[in-house]
Amino acid sequence: MTAHTEAKASIGSELAAGARTGFPVMVAAAPFGILFGTLAVENGFSVFQVVLMSATVYAGASQMVGLDLFGQAVAPWLIVLSIFAVNFRHVLYSAAVGRRVRHWSALQKAVGFFFLVDPQYAESERRALSGTPLGFGWYMAMAMTIYVFWIVNSALGALFGRLIPDTDALGLDFLLPIYFLGLVMGFRRRPLFLPVVVASALVSVAAFELVGSPWHVSIGALAGIAVAALAPVPKDGDAR
Amino acid sequence: MSAVTATILAGAVLTYLARAGGHLVLSRFSRIHPRVEAGLNAVPAAVLTTLVAPAAYTGGPAEIAALAVAGVVALGGGMMPMFLTGAAVLILLRHLIG
Repeated sequence: MTAHTEAKASIGSELAAGARTGFPVMVAAAPFGILFGTLAVENGFSVFQVVLMSATVYAGASQMVGLDLFGQAVAPWLIVLSIFAVNFRHVLYSAAVGRRVRHWSALQKAVGFFFLVDPQYAESERRALSGTPLGFGWYMAMAMTIYVFWIVNSALGALFGRLIPDTDALGLDFLLPIYFLGLVMGFRRRPLFLPVVVASALVSVAAFELVGSPWHVSIGALAGIAVAALAPVPKDGDAR
Repeated sequence: MSAVTATILAGAVLTYLARAGGHLVLSRFSRIHPRVEAGLNAVPAAVLTTLVAPAAYTGGPAEIAALAVAGVVALGGGMMPMFLTGAAVLILLRHLIG
């Protein structure tokens, strides 16, 4: 029934529904967009580079990872690899959403996938599961609501960041680890969360001591991934 | 083009490939091996942990306390409360301890 009414609905109401879905996401992301801009300037980015990264990478967590590693003077290729590693989960989103958008043209898919951030995936999946066909208009209205303000907010943060005199007293240098901890905690209901985090933490600290700074990221992450991949496969998995 | 700009653009290309590639590549397989899927699922938590653990390891009392309090708040609430509490603890303790 919903699907039928929705199919008949005008493109206007599709767009409005998409924007309404995007609005709370945009509000929730705003402080982090501003924070990204502020910390990026702190780590030596220009305002242009802040806007460029928000507009082209468009993935909050990986943008923070990128500027954190820039601040530590890590080799560029390793920074690119780390950004890719954090965003690799989008492969799974893309495969999942791909099944919902078979009616889109190739161009619509090529454009749409660019905007497939975590909440975009979650809301698209929710809409499709509720029986509403995933319209390109709805999808892009939601995406634009988040995207445009993400860029604007990070630019505001960058302009604001240049005005802060004593960044150490404000704790700006240590806000990223707190932010990353929050992201880690967001995964706490996933299977194998604790073994993965403990393995990554211990091995990354050991590598930090024994091997040196940039490598602790890759080595620690591989340890956590290996624990997850080698752990006994739960119920419906037949391969052992 | 500066190294920062080049790195940003390379990161953007790879991110787009991840977002488009899942549909183009993964949809050709009828199923993903459960071990591969478990490994992929663990990637974000594993990578992000490596950015927190050494910071806690090298941090002073103010930094460690901020992470500990923020971690506890995260158990009950969303991202914003945990982040603000952690930042408040950090700023307060840095002023007190110096």
